[in-house]
Amino acid sequence: MSAFGPLMQTEELSVGHGRTLLVSNINMELPAGSLTALLGINGIGKSTLLRTLAGLHLPLKGRMLVEGENVHELSAMERARRIAVVLTGRPRTGMLDVETLVALGRQPWTDRWGRTTAADREAVEQALERSGAMHLRDRQVATCSDGEVQKVLIARALAQATPVLLLDEPTAFLDLPNRADIVRVLRSIAHGSNKAVFFSTHDLQLALDLSDRVVLMRSGEGLWQGTSAEAMHSGELGRAFSGSGVSIDPLTGTHRFLP
Amino acid sequence: MRGKGWWLVGFAAFGVLMALLGLATGSVNIPLRDVWHSLFQAGSGTYDVIVLQVRLPGIITAIAAGAGLAAAGLLMQTIFLNPLAGPGVLGLTGGASLGVALVMLAQPLWATTPLPQDLLITVAALAGAIAVLLLITFADRRVGDGITLLILGLMVGYLCTALVSVLQASSEARALKSFVLWGMGSFAGMELSRLPWIVVPVAIGLVLALTLVKPLNAMLIGDDHARTMGVDVDRVRRRSIWIAGLLAGTVTAFCGPIAFLGLAVPHVGRAFLRSADHRLLMPATILLGAALALVCDLIVRGAWTGVMLPLNAVTSLLGVPVVLWVLLSGKRWAKR
Repeated sequence: MSAFGPLMQTEELSVGHGRTLLVSNINMELPAGSLTALLGINGIGKSTLLRTLAGLHLPLKGRMLVEGENVHELSAMERARRIAVVLTGRPRTGMLDVETLVALGRQPWTDRWGRTTAADREAVEQALERSGAMHLRDRQVATCSDGEVQKVLIARALAQATPVLLLDEPTAFLDLPNRADIVRVLRSIAHGSNKAVFFSTHDLQLALDLSDRVVLMRSGEGLWQGTSAEAMHSGELGRAFSGSGVSIDPLTGTHRFLP
Repeated sequence: MRGKGWWLVGFAAFGVLMALLGLATGSVNIPLRDVWHSLFQAGSGTYDVIVLQVRLPGIITAIAAGAGLAAAGLLMQTIFLNPLAGPGVLGLTGGASLGVALVMLAQPLWATTPLPQDLLITVAALAGAIAVLLLITFADRRVGDGITLLILGLMVGYLCTALVSVLQASSEARALKSFVLWGMGSFAGMELSRLPWIVVPVAIGLVLALTLVKPLNAMLIGDDHARTMGVDVDRVRRRSIWIAGLLAGTVTAFCGPIAFLGLAVPHVGRAFLRSADHRLLMPATILLGAALALVCDLIVRGAWTGVMLPLNAVTSLLGVPVVLWVLLSGKRWAKR
């Protein structure tokens, strides 16, 4: 696998629940060192696509490759060493401190008792640093704000030391500064450690301004992917949200709400 | 983890102290030095019979029961991610009671079997406990809501109690008496020779519970996150259920349905450790369960008060405040 090829790609992938097909024929690439945003309206299947890539859902059709290997032929442990995932919502943790939670990310690498070595602790330290959660390390997770919890969960995924990082709506429920903060953290992770980072979001502006690439999910038309600039200027973004009462300026990517 | 391991040493020391006190206290108070003598240089001491034959079986039973119920409670709290889960509230002890009632009250049915009564009771209690757990697990997937699950567990418990009452109404007086005594809960009454029936299954259950600490930790942040970290969640859950059933069923078979120990002890452990990390919390819960059961046993046998009390009254008096504290500090378990 070359260092410049896509870390993760899908071939003719179809996703959905049971018999309900949501999107078909997805041929998508997540290149190393880039932040990719997944955009689309509610219910179009963003979460399902992410959960399928994460190995939590079986695809209806097609294949997914991570570093050239079929995801569904990997064991759970091998998969966990290649793909780390942050799901939506706040975990219900009773009495868990931040450092312990982040160290959970080392599980695919530790022995059967979960004992951490010096190398594991080093990885946890780096993950806390990278995600900007270092100052929280001794706090109880339950006392952290939603934005802080999100950073902690990202640190947990980073500690897993995988080439691919998937996040389902990491900016949901956050205020504007925190949302920007989280996406900036994701951007620096992608660029700084040459990972493929893929996140779903409803924050159009943030996605366009800070991510390198955009994947648009559109009803009936399958998937569109390209750079953020292409998404704006080609009018694809406008089309993806057409009829939704929102107009998107093809030059700046800014959106206005129609009365 | 740093430095928190010392808590384990503290809990163990507390347990040993309570065990020694338990051996020393009773109708005859024995000096601790003589207790020590009887335990480790037995053969000649004045108190050997009292310490080794009369009191030691009860102490060992209390240790096994406390450790077993507490570990079962922790397993259930983690796999259901519900701070109010425990062998009592979710109907496990109810199921086990029904099993025991079937053996003790419907004795004519079993009179012809060559199997020892202890084995029958154990198997029946295990079957009852595990049947209820499987039912609860099935329901948990359907409702997925902690409170509904607890109410369901309570309903199953009531149902079992009702069925037990029906059995009681139609059973002969002698069997009824021994069943009612069993139902009040007690660590006493096991002879030394019968101890393996409770000690061996509980020991196996505890060792198995300790092997699950790593995946249980991952499940603290949700099943799906655990799956993405390589954990086979369904297998861990299945194993936890069998182990919790083995522990709670065995203890209930021999000590009766004991309230609150399984539910409250893991919370006491978390409060001391300020951590839900199972690598610490599981051993801490086991040690604390044993130690607190010994404290209950001391109170039951009239230490400090001079009054003999029923075991379930004592465990409830100590357990209810812990549960109330957990309920009222609900913030600690952030909502989904």
